Amino acid sequence: MYMLQGKKIIAVGDRDGIPGPAIEECMKSAGAEIIFASTECFV
Amino acid sequence: MDLEIQQRIKDLTEKFGAENIVVVIGGAEAEASGLSAETVAAGDPTYAGPLAGIALGLAVYHMVEPEIKDECDPAVYDEQCGMMEMVLDVDAIIEEVSKIRKEFSKF
Repeated sequence: MYMLQGKKIIAVGDRDGIPGPAIEECMKSAGAEIIFASTECFV
Repeated sequence: MDLEIQQRIKDLTEKFGAENIVVVIGGAEAEASGLSAETVAAGDPTYAGPLAGIALGLAVYHMVEPEIKDECDPAVYDEQCGMMEMVLDVDAIIEEVSKIRKEFSKF
């Protein structure tokens, strides 16, 4: 457990799946540090 | 995966060290999620981007995998991901991403 604490997170979200900002919010709640968040769009 | 994103991931890995980084993806389908996971763990399978031939071996998970989901505040997860989790083929995504992780992730 708590494997995310102290880790640096790169969030690669997807507009049609889970977007970057949503991953970012969740990771913050887990005590992880987000170093980059993006949202891809496959259109 | 977008070429600019590949470059950013490559730069950040050099800066912070691969062992300190976890990539969390949010792909809508199992296949696309698997390709993203493969790109950051084994190198760009399409040989189009900066990670072509570069196996960073990063730890990579999909947001809906229990290893990630269970570490989040449940209220925040529900608010941010609850709706999409109902729509996504979670089992297929977990199967695909965990397969890539077991094969290529070094951390």
